[in-house]
Amino acid sequence: MTRQMTGAQIVIKALKDQGVDTVFGYPGGAVLPIYDEVFQQNDIRHVLVRHEQGAAHAAEGYARSTGKPGVVLVTSGPGATNTVTGLVDALMDSIPLVVLSGQVPTFMIGNDAFQEADTVGITRPCTKHNWLVKDTSKLAETIHQAFHVAMTGRPGPVLVDIPKDVQFATATYSPKEDARTSHYRPPTKGDPDAILSAVEAIETAERPILYSGGGVVNSGAGATRALREMAAATGFPITSTLMGLGAYPASGENWVGMLGMHGTYEANWAMHDCDLMMCIGARFDDRITGRVDAFSPGSLKVHIDIDPSSINKNIHVDVPIVGDVGSVLEDILALWKSRGSKTAAPAVSKWWKQIELWRGRDCLAYRGSDKVIKPQYALERLEALTKGHDRYITTEVGQHQMWAAQYMGFEEPNRWMTSGGLGTMGYGTPASIGVQVAHPDALVINVAGEASWLMNMQEMSTAVQYRLPVKQFILNNERLGMVRQWQELLHGERYSSSWSEALPDFVKLAEAFGAKGIICSDPAKLDDAIMEMLEHDGPVIFDCLVEKHENCYPMIPSGKAHNEMIMGEDSTSDAIDAGGAVLV
Amino acid sequence: MNALAIKRGSSSHSAYDLRNPLGDHEETHTLAVLVDNEAGVLARVIGLFSGRGYNIESLTVAETDHEGHLSRITIVTTGTPAVIEQIKAQLGRIVPVHEVHDLTVEGPAVQRELALVKVGGTGEKRVEAMRTCDVFRARVVDTTLESFVFEISGTTEKIDAFVALMRPLGLTDVARTGVAAIARGS
Repeated sequence: MTRQMTGAQIVIKALKDQGVDTVFGYPGGAVLPIYDEVFQQNDIRHVLVRHEQGAAHAAEGYARSTGKPGVVLVTSGPGATNTVTGLVDALMDSIPLVVLSGQVPTFMIGNDAFQEADTVGITRPCTKHNWLVKDTSKLAETIHQAFHVAMTGRPGPVLVDIPKDVQFATATYSPKEDARTSHYRPPTKGDPDAILSAVEAIETAERPILYSGGGVVNSGAGATRALREMAAATGFPITSTLMGLGAYPASGENWVGMLGMHGTYEANWAMHDCDLMMCIGARFDDRITGRVDAFSPGSLKVHIDIDPSSINKNIHVDVPIVGDVGSVLEDILALWKSRGSKTAAPAVSKWWKQIELWRGRDCLAYRGSDKVIKPQYALERLEALTKGHDRYITTEVGQHQMWAAQYMGFEEPNRWMTSGGLGTMGYGTPASIGVQVAHPDALVINVAGEASWLMNMQEMSTAVQYRLPVKQFILNNERLGMVRQWQELLHGERYSSSWSEALPDFVKLAEAFGAKGIICSDPAKLDDAIMEMLEHDGPVIFDCLVEKHENCYPMIPSGKAHNEMIMGEDSTSDAIDAGGAVLV
Repeated sequence: MNALAIKRGSSSHSAYDLRNPLGDHEETHTLAVLVDNEAGVLARVIGLFSGRGYNIESLTVAETDHEGHLSRITIVTTGTPAVIEQIKAQLGRIVPVHEVHDLTVEGPAVQRELALVKVGGTGEKRVEAMRTCDVFRARVVDTTLESFVFEISGTTEKIDAFVALMRPLGLTDVARTGVAAIARGS
């Protein structure tokens, strides 16, 4: 027998059927019926954030660290519009989110009702897909479709807007299995001819590079395994984008470091000089390519991506393979084995010698100090003292983010949560909360800058409420460091609005939140201070006062090619020419 | 979207797939997009074009399968070959989009547009307008002593020519449907 349920009950049942255990949200008038149902059950945990943007980023952290979709529940109007930054962030970084927003009742839509906003209109370009549910009988199916779309193909955020009268009205619940999902089934299997071309290219390559990205992490454990097996089977050097860190272990033999604007010298030179580039689940972002017309001029390019629109978008590739990275890599490996393939080993070992020469530049070297904490040193110590922990790192956006990527090593996927595509300052604190909710016993550290950290600092209150022992490791240079660096390099050292004045006392702030505050400015005391942070069983704000004018190197200046990167000791005046100055 | 998976120079689909994918010349393509006829689907398609800076020369949309809730959107767009491929791929990943056909490369296609053209005037100009109407096989669908409304259908070029000829003869209003297009044969 089918039972009539209210729309609000249908929402909870659909979430349970989708295996949801945690929802990040904030109540308000238009979602009160759903919150009433949340109250009357114990299967789904609701985490009350302090701002809806925090809910979206927390759900991203949850999703990125578990491989499951992150779920958000917010009210109409400002509740929904506050999630917009998180939606775009998730869209750019392919993070599966399901946002449920309340809406004014259907009969009031269009009347400029209190807390009304055209949520589906506003979020249409910010989501993979969105729905306004006007009929309770369609609610269950729509929510099931929303989960399907968020997780299928290239993952991304979706939004379901639910008017209040639809939450009150009753209908029959339709189970997950009955939801129509056949219309959205992007192909996952790669074209066999293209896979053969890729294997032939691997066999003959003399200067190959594997360039992997966030798609490998999204594709799941099978893709990570296949990527590692491929690196081992071929002996090819491997680099990764910011989003892909951890898919191949930083301690792995073939690892040459991150590539791109602040990537390593050896990775970028290898990208430039290679004769075979295997792009695996990455998208030739402008932070990776530098100047497009000088990007890796002599290479054959193979591109594996589940999204056909990523192919040939920025860089023309020779062998496109549309499909799921895990499936395609497994097919490549299977063909590789059945053909008894071998690489052009002597040439490849010569190529490795060249890479070792580049590595010899020691591009991450920096001038140490015993008077002031260098930010790079702080992260080296954080890395050393947390290695071996069950550790997850989130970041904000800016210099500290790049230094964290450079100086910390990631051995496993899903351990590194950062805002790559959108570059959202304020991402890290809520993301760390989402990660900690998913992994209550793990060590979760948000590597932050003081300016980014202030953007969503209200979420410390969430951390304290739910006893989430997140560590906020703030590299405090009292500057908007990356903005300041760009102003130094290309705006004549005119530091327009790029310093942090009137900063709070972070120790007192921590205490005001009910957390622990630690301040450190002495390199000699840094280890003890970090240990104190790690040993504290509760949330910590660590105010690490660092060198104020440190720049992040190496760097490919805007509008330059990979082989024109600048190093720390180089003169940086005129590094960016007039053409590059207009780029971001 | 299939064209994306085809290796350069190995296409069996049409000679057009052999065009230089890196060319910087602008081409005009007619795309037929089959979509679920649901709220907001047109906004998604238009938003894609405006958000990513693509051109729309003409756009026509109407439900074509009532039972199946399907609509057909016909878009005439211009861009370099790489941009055209991007447009098709981007359209293809909109969730309610079922199929994207590039009628310009998939084979011969029929393209038609309909226009209603109002011309005011008396005397010799009125006679000349009527004569031109005959030449173009347009129809008179409304008339007063001082005006005609012509209905004309055909290619965009034909309608452009007709409108240009009517301008000195007292053209007052033009309403055009935009291009509808369909592949020839079965």
